[in-house]
Amino acid sequence: MTYALEIKDLKKVYAGGVEALRGIDLKVEEGDFYALLGPNGAGKSTTIGIVTSLVNKTSGKVNVFGYDMDTQLMQAKLQIGLVPQEFNFSPFETVRQIVLNQAGYYGVSRKEALKRSEKYLKQSDLWEKRNVQAQMLSGGMKRRLMISRALMHEPRLLILDEPTAGVDIELRREMWTFLKELNENGTTIILTTHYLEEAEMLCRNIGIIQKGQLIEDTSMKSLLAKLQYETIILDIDSSGQAPVIKGYTSELMDDGSLSVEVARNQGINEVFNQLTEQGIKVLSMRNKSNRLEELFLKLTEETA
Amino acid sequence: MFKLYLTALKGLALKETNRYLRIWIQTLVPPVITTSLYFIIFGNLIGERIGEMEGFSYMEFIVPGLIMMSVITSSYSNVSSSFFSQKFQKNIEELLVAPVPTHIIIWGFVIGGIGRSVLVGILVTMISLFFVPLQVHSWSIVILTFLMTSILFSLAGLLNGIFAKSFDDVSIVPTFVLQPLTYLGGVFFAISMLPPFWQVVSQFNPIVYMISGFRFGILGVIDVPILFSILISITFVIVLYVINWYLIEKGRGLRS
Repeated sequence: MTYALEIKDLKKVYAGGVEALRGIDLKVEEGDFYALLGPNGAGKSTTIGIVTSLVNKTSGKVNVFGYDMDTQLMQAKLQIGLVPQEFNFSPFETVRQIVLNQAGYYGVSRKEALKRSEKYLKQSDLWEKRNVQAQMLSGGMKRRLMISRALMHEPRLLILDEPTAGVDIELRREMWTFLKELNENGTTIILTTHYLEEAEMLCRNIGIIQKGQLIEDTSMKSLLAKLQYETIILDIDSSGQAPVIKGYTSELMDDGSLSVEVARNQGINEVFNQLTEQGIKVLSMRNKSNRLEELFLKLTEETA
Repeated sequence: MFKLYLTALKGLALKETNRYLRIWIQTLVPPVITTSLYFIIFGNLIGERIGEMEGFSYMEFIVPGLIMMSVITSSYSNVSSSFFSQKFQKNIEELLVAPVPTHIIIWGFVIGGIGRSVLVGILVTMISLFFVPLQVHSWSIVILTFLMTSILFSLAGLLNGIFAKSFDDVSIVPTFVLQPLTYLGGVFFAISMLPPFWQVVSQFNPIVYMISGFRFGILGVIDVPILFSILISITFVIVLYVINWYLIEKGRGLRS
């Protein structure tokens, strides 16, 4: 089977002796939407840097759609589109110049590039700004410009390094819809993000990197199945005394709300029954934090 | 892949050309003003008192040197500042991620340097026509030495851009190395006028060979044998090209 990305025993030691990657093995199937998570400094950006030729590896193998990056580098590069974490376009060039230049670097003819620039700039709502210098765009527009730029050569593998960092909620959701569509149309997507909700919403498979090692590489479904319990916050109308809920661990928070740990097979009906019996009214209910976030913290703490 | 590389080269060369045309007031106007002042002050006012040099009026003698001086400065600063700016703004990553071989990256920047120096060279020549009539001894030598010089100093500028870590690093070399070497390279005088010791020292200044070769193409007078002058330029071009290729290939200052 040919994988969109296949990494074998990838190691990276930086000049100062910092061991960023300690032998990573990773396979991303064609058509997948894969999340690469990990705390800051875990090795996510180094991994992506090596795959996109921005970082020199120390040892190991990287194949992109079967093209060996050591011996078939140019073919491998043709398959990849990168949306980096930081804005890295010339601020003095116009939006259209930036995407046209990018197409040229990938051998797309001028005529075809002009057509694609219209398509992708319209898709990302930047067509009206095509003759504006990139430095004049808002933060959200700059992010969308980087996505349009990465799509100009229509890559089979799109790598997004924290694409929604600093983007407002509305725009983030628009980008999710756009990325989902792109993936449904056959583009394999690898995403690193700090918004775990984003990974849970979008990705089918997930890898977690911690201290230069891949500590988890599985489907999102099976990862979430590992959750033993969830913490639920109940806003209650009580006299200020902590209610006792038998069979559950609960705690009255400073703001008067009640934190309750619910095991996977316990259900929450019993919590409501007991509170009703005690004459306590539940005003609203929410998760303490994202489900994936709890698991992520647990996994990374275990290996710390 | 050849077609792909050709498209990439055209794209990069176009980007570089757009860059110096976009900021023409910084890239094309200053050399024209500087050389106009040289023509007026050295050529016209002081030159009349100097008299003839190598059988030509002083103004005629300094025209090829001044054209070369603006070519050297333009090609060098175009590539060094463009490459460093792209490194600084990180948009050099666009090229590093793309399937663009190192040879194409080098030539893309060099074409930018040549283009700007050709434009500046034409503008300076046009200014010179206000003072002296145009004469060319050998078009082939003029074109050859012009191209070799702009390629050589574009490559030197690229090397500066690769090593530079700040904008200071980009301006230090032109101010402290390039400018003295150019002034001492025979722009305003014939090397044969120097005392014997300084004539020997001048042989280590590569700019002497460029100016001498170009002056031969324009006026037909020479400080250094033309073949030797061209060979020296070719040697420098090859050496600088190989060094640049090696450094970019290894990712010096570009990849961690």
